Amino acid sequence: MVKPLMFEKPTGMRDTLPNLYRVKESIRKKTSTEMRQWGYEPIETPTLEYFDTVGYASAILEQQLFKLLDQQGHPLVLRPDMTAPIARIAASTLKEKQRPVRLTYDANVFRAQQREGGKTAEFEQVGVELIGDETVSADGEVIALMLSAMNRIELQDVQVAIGNVAFVHALLIDILGSEERAEVLKRYLYEKNYVGFRRHVESLSLSSIDKRRLEKLLKLRGGREVLDEAYGIAETEEARQALDDLVQLSDVLTSFGVEENVRFDLNLLMHMSYYTGVVFEAYSSNLGYPIGSGGRYDELLRRFDQQEAATGFGLRLDLLVEALGSAEVEQEQSTCLIFSHERRAEAVREAKRLRENGETVVLQDIAGIADVDAFSQAYPKVEYLIGTNGGGSSE
Amino acid sequence: MNNEWLTIAMPKGRIFDEAVELLRLAGYDLPPEFEESRKLIIESESAGMRFILAKPMDVPTYVEHGVCDVGVAGKDVLIEEERDVYELLDLQISACYMAVAALPGYERKKDIAPKVATKYPNLASSYFRAQGEQVEMIKLNGSIELAPLVGLADRIVDIVSTGQTLKENGLVETEEMMTITSRLIVNPVSYRMKAAAIDEMVTRLEPVIAKEETSE
Repeated sequence: MVKPLMFEKPTGMRDTLPNLYRVKESIRKKTSTEMRQWGYEPIETPTLEYFDTVGYASAILEQQLFKLLDQQGHPLVLRPDMTAPIARIAASTLKEKQRPVRLTYDANVFRAQQREGGKTAEFEQVGVELIGDETVSADGEVIALMLSAMNRIELQDVQVAIGNVAFVHALLIDILGSEERAEVLKRYLYEKNYVGFRRHVESLSLSSIDKRRLEKLLKLRGGREVLDEAYGIAETEEARQALDDLVQLSDVLTSFGVEENVRFDLNLLMHMSYYTGVVFEAYSSNLGYPIGSGGRYDELLRRFDQQEAATGFGLRLDLLVEALGSAEVEQEQSTCLIFSHERRAEAVREAKRLRENGETVVLQDIAGIADVDAFSQAYPKVEYLIGTNGGGSSE
Repeated sequence: MNNEWLTIAMPKGRIFDEAVELLRLAGYDLPPEFEESRKLIIESESAGMRFILAKPMDVPTYVEHGVCDVGVAGKDVLIEEERDVYELLDLQISACYMAVAALPGYERKKDIAPKVATKYPNLASSYFRAQGEQVEMIKLNGSIELAPLVGLADRIVDIVSTGQTLKENGLVETEEMMTITSRLIVNPVSYRMKAAAIDEMVTRLEPVIAKEETSE
């Protein structure tokens, strides 16, 4: 490892300069307002958590965790997501709070990257968790809220893919008989390797009907009609139940008026074991990466000794900014008061008066500027309070 | 609409020719002089496709970042690069296999760390790990066969199509690791946002591939 040069930052870390900051701030304001208006209460959690609690419970792979030790030698992690810390709170401090609980967050999360190139190691995530509600209405609400937040920032051409891991699980167990054998095929889906999936199915000693059912799974994506097709390969109560949930979810989303923006994708599997039911991922046609995702994680709270239903989503603020592209946020109109020391007191009073009127005022001693013309160009309005004979001088 | 155009990343050379031929058989209207162009980006208005000609190892990178919707990449590259892309179809073109080779009479020594030279360090190390053997990787960018000849490594891991290069350099194949063919890969967002165009491509390619396979 070479010694870093003065200007270098650790892999995947980025600065936010004023222009980008304004864009981020405006998006953050809009998305947070949306979540607050849906009754989600904001919370904050620490940046550092124990590896053995939050680190272990998190959906993020261990090699992506930033780890360090505290002074007693306990392994810590920089929080890789907000869901696990919120689950920790829900299962402890907020244990007695009336269910369902609606919480929202806006926080930086950390994921170590092997390769840079467009992948940040620290990014801001905004999202919600809805804890203690197992209904399909809850699944529908978080999906609708995610779409509504993206609509509020005027992100065009957005689509959400919805799957149900309970369906995939039930189907695989029904056909293959054991968790171990189901796991192999799940891994192919998780790795998006359909070629491997098909090849593995061919190699299994199964009836041709069962093989066709498994291959059919790969084709199940599209509008609501996909659910009807899915019933054709669902033979167990569990599998049908998972589909019933999706049919109901489709109705819920229609009530929210967002059916145009959702597609079903029954082989969507974003994690090997974390999610337990409905899962979803959001895309914008302007960007090559998913901008947000979420789903039902009824088993997570068990890791904090509490069995409870929960669902939620997280949107990546950095990717929202990228997807919005050219969206320029106007700089606040600020006035620059350039003064000389004789009229300092007057300038300070004037600045105070303008600020009280809600204006942004830069107060600058002319002696501190090397090139007055170049400096003042950055401001739409410039006032000079210079010399001893000015009208408003109090001296 | 330009939006429904598909941007396709392709490796230059033989794979490109074979893949273009498959697309033609699948009914895509690609002009005959297509392959002769030396441009890095070539378009076909009639097929609604834009081709990006890249180094084979780079194809999954273009697709993962979404600057290309679709790509054609060898399985060797996919395993090595581990990019987040959908692997939708085995195109059954450019078939070859990955193998371990060594000088004749090579025997695994127990006492020193065995060295393996390869262009595919990720793929090779996960292979040897799965075999329960710890080896040291030496990454080379080409002419891998040199390594055992000059004593840089004991064994090599490389692509073999005919075995001619190995033979001419006096190496013998010790293990066949896996067969390699080119795959159709798709960006996860394009897979959703351009679902119609991509599904159609898959549906049109499937019978062509099946036919090519049986005719061989």
